Amino acid sequence: MIQRTPVANAVTYAIMVFGFILLIGPFLVIIAGASQTMQQVNAIPFSFLPDNQFLTNAAQAWKRADLGTAMTNSLIMAVLVTAGKVALSAFTAFAIVFFRSPLKHVFFWSVFITLMLPLEVRVVPTYAVAADLLQPVKSILSLFGGIQIGIDWNLLNSYTGLTLPLIATATGTFLYRQFFMTLPDELAEAARMDGSGPVRFFFDMLLPLSRTNMLALTTIMFVYGWNQYLWPLLMVTDPSYKTVMMSLRSLLPADNGTPDWNVTLAGSLLIMLPPLIVVGVLQRWFVRGLVATEK
Amino acid sequence: MEKRAVFKSWWLPIVFALPQLLLILCFFYWPVAAVVNWAFTLEPPFGGPAEFVGFANFQEAFADPFYWNSVVVSLIFAIVGPLFAISIGLVLAIAVDRQLPGSGFFRFLYILPYAIAGPAAGMAFRFILSPERGLAASLNAMWPDIWNPAKYGEHALALVIIIFIWKWSGYTFIFLLAGLQSVPRALGEAAAMDGAGPFRRAIDVQVPLLAPTLFFLLVTMMTEGFVGADTFGIVHAVTEGGPNHGTEVMVYRIVDEAFKGLNYSGASAQSIILIGLIMIFTFIQFRFVEKRVHYK
Repeated sequence: MIQRTPVANAVTYAIMVFGFILLIGPFLVIIAGASQTMQQVNAIPFSFLPDNQFLTNAAQAWKRADLGTAMTNSLIMAVLVTAGKVALSAFTAFAIVFFRSPLKHVFFWSVFITLMLPLEVRVVPTYAVAADLLQPVKSILSLFGGIQIGIDWNLLNSYTGLTLPLIATATGTFLYRQFFMTLPDELAEAARMDGSGPVRFFFDMLLPLSRTNMLALTTIMFVYGWNQYLWPLLMVTDPSYKTVMMSLRSLLPADNGTPDWNVTLAGSLLIMLPPLIVVGVLQRWFVRGLVATEK
Repeated sequence: MEKRAVFKSWWLPIVFALPQLLLILCFFYWPVAAVVNWAFTLEPPFGGPAEFVGFANFQEAFADPFYWNSVVVSLIFAIVGPLFAISIGLVLAIAVDRQLPGSGFFRFLYILPYAIAGPAAGMAFRFILSPERGLAASLNAMWPDIWNPAKYGEHALALVIIIFIWKWSGYTFIFLLAGLQSVPRALGEAAAMDGAGPFRRAIDVQVPLLAPTLFFLLVTMMTEGFVGADTFGIVHAVTEGGPNHGTEVMVYRIVDEAFKGLNYSGASAQSIILIGLIMIFTFIQFRFVEKRVHYK
């Protein structure tokens, strides 16, 4: 832009710095507090200068909230949820886009409607299904034939239970669908002329072509998986399966105990780190995934 | 756009779609059917099969002042939060879009809060905006009780809304920046030639052209505010609906009533109302946002 605008430039920088204070300021407070001693962190006025106590505080937080177990569980959960979503939504989108089947609209709409059914509004019965995955089958059977099955398939307190109910994804399916629709029809025709069946076409051509989409989807779904809160909170009672979001609570100082907020902040910082790294390092892909899934 | 579909197998698409469809059936449709069933029935207090009670569960919810309290709290949350998040995102996007030296650095940073889960952010903000320490302590030292979210419902509500705004401003920023970058540069240059400075251009050229993105964000953010996982997570981790129901948003009340109050029928009736609300929002989004203008 060929225009000299010194005042506007100064205002622009002022706005950007203001945005920095607003959005990054809390991180600075967390970092400062997490590296101070208990006396410093409770001092009034608060000092924004970091000290050298971070490792001590982090070690204490690690022990208090059993973060080793929680981080491992959250990592397993996030990876499984991400892998499941990236794979299953590709399958479904393939079925919707590349086949002349009257069912494709049924597939599309049944996936679409799930967007309107967040976990919070169906939480009790979803829990009931997780407590016994065979419950739907049983109810249907007893409705029709009065047959009773005595087996339960309990998913509570297991990695299957943590991940399986979260794997269905409408956004992922739409992301693939949109991408598949932009591919020229000639691609599939050429593959067919060369004697490739649909399965081979899917694995040898579509998946390699979708790498960009997959990476974008992987970043947003990893963050989604890591940040899950309500579902693990409900279904995990066995401490060996607890996730990081559940251990946040045990990081809080007790109501009448010592106010060691430095430990709390150090622990929170550790819990925030993995998704922060993903968004920081893979930002290009993350933003692409974000913008592409919301169309 | 319909593809000239290609493969003609009747069973392959079923095989490919089946895994996800089974999951959806087990964890979405079956539970929702149960919710509908519970919403219209009631378990007798001394056992026996559930009885059909028509709209009694809904009437009970509507007669409860705490239900209306949660509606009001949710409305405030889902209007104030998005408005601020979008305004902050808009101002920052316009500033970064001027592409002054160094703006790439700010763009990189602004998205970071979006990576943080609501409850984790909540835990940090409990310290940052605590009345006894952190940033607000000096204020309270000067004017006692000017800020005390543990005591006043309004302060607590402000606190959870601030956390929501903090997390989602980076998100709206990304979309608005993408929107600004799809506006042809020539438009801004033409305005500059006509003597319009940067402020004039922002107000008269850029914001009107962003109207579709702004509307889209308003609808998505309001849906997020009403039923988003973060809304529940923030409230649950920071205030647990208190003090004195001051931050009890609709989703929190549903989960609380179901798992603490064990009132499945009442919670289900409220769930149905919320699903209806989401459907309206989704309808608006598709009816109007789909038609948004593209500048290509």
